[in-house]
Amino acid sequence: MESETPVATEGHEPIDASAEGGAVHATTEAHGGEEHSGAFPPFDPSTFGTQLIWLALAFAVLYFTMSRLALPRIGGILADRKARIDGDLAAADSARQKTDAAIAAYEEALATARKKSQAIAEETRAGIQADIDSKRKAVETELSAKVAAAETSIQATKTEALGHVAEIAADTVQALVTQLTGSASADEARKAVAAAVKE
Amino acid sequence: MADPNKVDPIHQFAITNVFSTGEGGFAFTNSALFMVLTVGLIVIYMLGSTARRSVVPGRAQVVSELLYDFVANMVRGAAGSEGMKFFPFVFSLFMFVLIANMFGMIPFFFTVTSHIIVTFALAMLVFVVVVGYGIYRNGFKFFKLFVPAGVPAYVLPIVVPIEIVSFISRPISHSVRLFANVLAGHITVKVFAGFIMSLGSLGFLGFLGASLPLLMTIAITALEFLVAALQAYVFAVLTAMYINDAIHPSH
Repeated sequence: MESETPVATEGHEPIDASAEGGAVHATTEAHGGEEHSGAFPPFDPSTFGTQLIWLALAFAVLYFTMSRLALPRIGGILADRKARIDGDLAAADSARQKTDAAIAAYEEALATARKKSQAIAEETRAGIQADIDSKRKAVETELSAKVAAAETSIQATKTEALGHVAEIAADTVQALVTQLTGSASADEARKAVAAAVKE
Repeated sequence: MADPNKVDPIHQFAITNVFSTGEGGFAFTNSALFMVLTVGLIVIYMLGSTARRSVVPGRAQVVSELLYDFVANMVRGAAGSEGMKFFPFVFSLFMFVLIANMFGMIPFFFTVTSHIIVTFALAMLVFVVVVGYGIYRNGFKFFKLFVPAGVPAYVLPIVVPIEIVSFISRPISHSVRLFANVLAGHITVKVFAGFIMSLGSLGFLGFLGASLPLLMTIAITALEFLVAALQAYVFAVLTAMYINDAIHPSH
């Protein structure tokens, strides 16, 4: 039989044939043909009818199963999954917001408590301070009153003492003068002392 | 294949009857079988993996959810939230093309998307939906699509025909891109795999030489897995973009 060459030509000729359908017949006929002898099978119009009918049937079935059953089902699965994921994300988000709110509330409470405690401490401190101040003031006033009283009594004593000085001096003068002269009136002694004091 | 040296890279695209009621009657072909298998696998997987509606998904459900999110983001990104009306449509197209391409990567399995009529029918479906919804929603304003904003009036006689031609050729480019990628990839894999057979039968040196196409076949197979996923993605993204045009024609 033919060995290599026919195979090679067979390989190339159909490609030419697809360009110019004429050479086709020669090649296929040389092989004794199949049922549809005489034409390059893809260009054999006698097969077009059955192919078109079966293609129409098959594609119609495919289209209707895909569009009515398979694709809506997958679309539903994907939508369900998306809804579920979105729902879970939303739940997680709201949980996080709750946590955030709880943290914020806790911190606020903490801040208020701290402020309150500071206020109490401040108040206490102020109270104590006021107490101390008032007590000190009281003591001070008491003391100053006492000092004033003492000063007044000293002054009084002093004044009194000073008031007696002229009298004593007059008495002394009268006694001295009496000792020296034998007699002296109290009035004269007093006048003399007052004059001496004025000088 | 009785003769190992005779590898026919086209044979994989042949349409054969699994059973039929005779000429001109009801026929269930290998193409139809794999369309049914593709749809069956998608339906069973999408419904089975989500049957429990777990909030914490298992592995199977995660894959379904990833596919859902992937296409939903693609549609929302290209056509806005209004385009989500067409999410089941784009999702069905994406899954159909992806699973059909992936089935095609399994040896001896038929690749539904390797037939231009299938990809063209899907592309025409998109085109009809886009035009129909565009006119239904925007009325006459839909034809603003062909009059780009901000283009000076004297250029319009050139631009508008270009826009119209490019719009009308959309289903062709949309379908041929997928079809050609799948077809070319499968032929390439088969051809390189054929080299392994032919060289391997040539004795010791040929056996050594066959390791080169073997490596190529492995590399191209890996590439084809990428292409299979990528073309499904491209097909769906373009659909979403065309739908965007229907919703917002003044671009």
